[in-house]
Amino acid sequence: MATATLGRRGKAAPFRSRERRRANLRALLYLSPWLVGFGVFFAYPLISTVYFSFQRYDMFTLEPVGLLNWKYFFRDDAAWTSIKNTLWLVVVMVPLRVVFGLGVAQLVTKLKAGAGVFRTIFYLPSLVPVVAGTLGFVYLLNPGTGPVQAILGAVGIQSPDWFGDPAWSKWGLTLLALWSIGDLMVIFMAALLDVPKQLYEAAALDGASAWQQFTRITLPVIRPVVMFSAVTGVIQTLQYFTQAMVAARVASGATDSAGSVFTPGYPDGSTLTFPEWLFQEGFRDFAMGYACVLALILFAVSMIFTLILLRQFRGFAEEEA
Amino acid sequence: MKRLLVLSAAAGLFLMTACTAGTETSAPKIDPSATSHEPVTIEFWHGFSADNELKAFQDTLEGFNKQYPWITVKATKAVQDDQIIQSVRGGNPPDVALSFTTDSVAQFCKANIFQDLNPYLTASKIDASTLFPKVIDQYTQYAGKRCVMPMLADTYGLYYNKKLMKGNEPPKTLSELADLAKKLTVKDSKGDIKVAGFVPTSQMYENAPIHTGVMVGAKWTNPDGTSAVGGDPAWKTLLTWQKDLTDWYGYDKIEKFRKSFGDEWSADNPFNKGQVAMAVDGEWRNAMIAADAPDLDYGTAPMPVADDQAQRYGAGFIAGTVIGIPRGAKNPEAAWDLVKYLTTDTSALVTLSNAIRNVPSTLPALQSPDLKKDPNFQTFLDIFANPNSTTLPAHINSAFNQQTMQEAQIKWESGRAPDLNGLLADVDKKINEKLKLTAGD
Repeated sequence: MATATLGRRGKAAPFRSRERRRANLRALLYLSPWLVGFGVFFAYPLISTVYFSFQRYDMFTLEPVGLLNWKYFFRDDAAWTSIKNTLWLVVVMVPLRVVFGLGVAQLVTKLKAGAGVFRTIFYLPSLVPVVAGTLGFVYLLNPGTGPVQAILGAVGIQSPDWFGDPAWSKWGLTLLALWSIGDLMVIFMAALLDVPKQLYEAAALDGASAWQQFTRITLPVIRPVVMFSAVTGVIQTLQYFTQAMVAARVASGATDSAGSVFTPGYPDGSTLTFPEWLFQEGFRDFAMGYACVLALILFAVSMIFTLILLRQFRGFAEEEA
Repeated sequence: MKRLLVLSAAAGLFLMTACTAGTETSAPKIDPSATSHEPVTIEFWHGFSADNELKAFQDTLEGFNKQYPWITVKATKAVQDDQIIQSVRGGNPPDVALSFTTDSVAQFCKANIFQDLNPYLTASKIDASTLFPKVIDQYTQYAGKRCVMPMLADTYGLYYNKKLMKGNEPPKTLSELADLAKKLTVKDSKGDIKVAGFVPTSQMYENAPIHTGVMVGAKWTNPDGTSAVGGDPAWKTLLTWQKDLTDWYGYDKIEKFRKSFGDEWSADNPFNKGQVAMAVDGEWRNAMIAADAPDLDYGTAPMPVADDQAQRYGAGFIAGTVIGIPRGAKNPEAAWDLVKYLTTDTSALVTLSNAIRNVPSTLPALQSPDLKKDPNFQTFLDIFANPNSTTLPAHINSAFNQQTMQEAQIKWESGRAPDLNGLLADVDKKINEKLKLTAGD
């Protein structure tokens, strides 16, 4: 029996392996658009970035320098300042956005009259182009000519120099982020409207307070959405660039002219974010090799948060099942 | 899977080799005896964008066309350095490119982004040492390569509003400037500034350390490229003077006042509007005042100098627009004809200077009888010709060095960093570390 089986296998094996090879080739063929895309837009840039991180590369000439770029990272005060600032934004701005977004969504879903108007009012700022919104905020909060100071001044309050004082500049950016909360509000509204009504009715019959209903029913049900908002918020904040760059440039009064150099992060590096420093090093200071080191670090950190997100979703899917 | 990974890596390395292969350089082909006058069209990218500048440029190019009728110049306006660099990387650069800043010259030369023009100068029998003031060499050359030529120059001096000066003469020393600034300042009952005699902070439009450092003869770098900031007492003199005057106003007050100013390049410039009595500015402001505030009664003078450097009075900071032939230019010989015309032809430089009120950058053009010279503009011509005037020599990290210094200066003048010695030592450290990163030990 054993011999016969072996014999059958012996005859069938070449045919099957040819079949398998053909099937594999077919699969590869189907996958080829993705493989080409992956290779050209991900694998090649990633390999290049790693390669360039060991080079002195000014975008034109290459010179191998071993670990010089990596060692410089640990001595680069500006890089560490940018890490601290980015971390501040992750720890303060992201949770505030989630809490504020959820709060606004709660309010507008509970409104009996004028809900459409308020939803529109809260959503509109998120349609304003980022650069225009930032410019508007810097002008509004300008301590010299801004209307906010004019109003506060009339009642005897001196407003802080929001984008000119390092103690306030990140709060100014946070205020801007809260103003354009529309995107998160819509996501939370969808989640809140999806919570089964009968749960609230049952809880109300049991005498649960509004706070208890929120913490015992609403939050557990919308937890995946809150988690999604928080983690995507962190990933977006790790790439925070435009608002910080525009606010610093306008607030500093730096002009784009010969002899005028602009330092991102004004004032005192307080708004310098990690991607800004990466851009500055690579495209302004011609230190592309070092910028590749910064890019790899940013990639690794973003990857960690992406994995957390994926793991959480797997967890939610298992819970659902 | 393993095989796939190996294949991907090999493909990646191949692509990388292909991409970096473009970084090789080749010597320019120059044929000084070329007599072929085949019609040719050359691409010329420049950064001018204002109407009066474009008109002046067009007039100058018409002069070029008369001399070189077989060369058609296709000009593209409002181009920034980034675009020039990307075009060279992409292998499709213009034939001639102009840059407003001298900060990138070292990089342009080191990475061969622009071609070395010395062979062209030799072939055309042009002696740069007798054509240009010596200081120009420092911002058009790097490590023996002259990869750009100067096309017009900028010099910096002191503008003063005659009405607000109330009969006072422009100051010649920093002490005189501080005393006069205090005397001319007007505050309201709340202590808010209405008119400032002089805004001393480095954040004021043209008060960047690159310009004001000349007032005390401050040095940026040593010949080996390392920082000279911490070791040069001149910087301490300047920063202490600026801080003392800032404190007299109150940093918050002067910042609030500064933030009420209109755009530097608009008619709302605070000097035009009589908000400041004295201001450091470039020679181009003359043309802007003529256009935006023709009734303003003002005068110009060299910048004041440190009290113990009276002999240096009359000197100023010099920089300028530079122009060159990018690597990979398709018509380098015709391109050189245009560069040569725009940078060495007296009538071209005088036409441009008269129209946009920049300082002509050659010695013969400076002496030209056709050059319009009114007293306010003459101040800047004199600063340009002054042997004590200086520039920021081309440095591989020029912009970074200035940013680092300015950042330290803002911390100091705002009172957020009280230890000046420590601050300047930190500037040294950052500049020297960066030099190791970008240029090696």
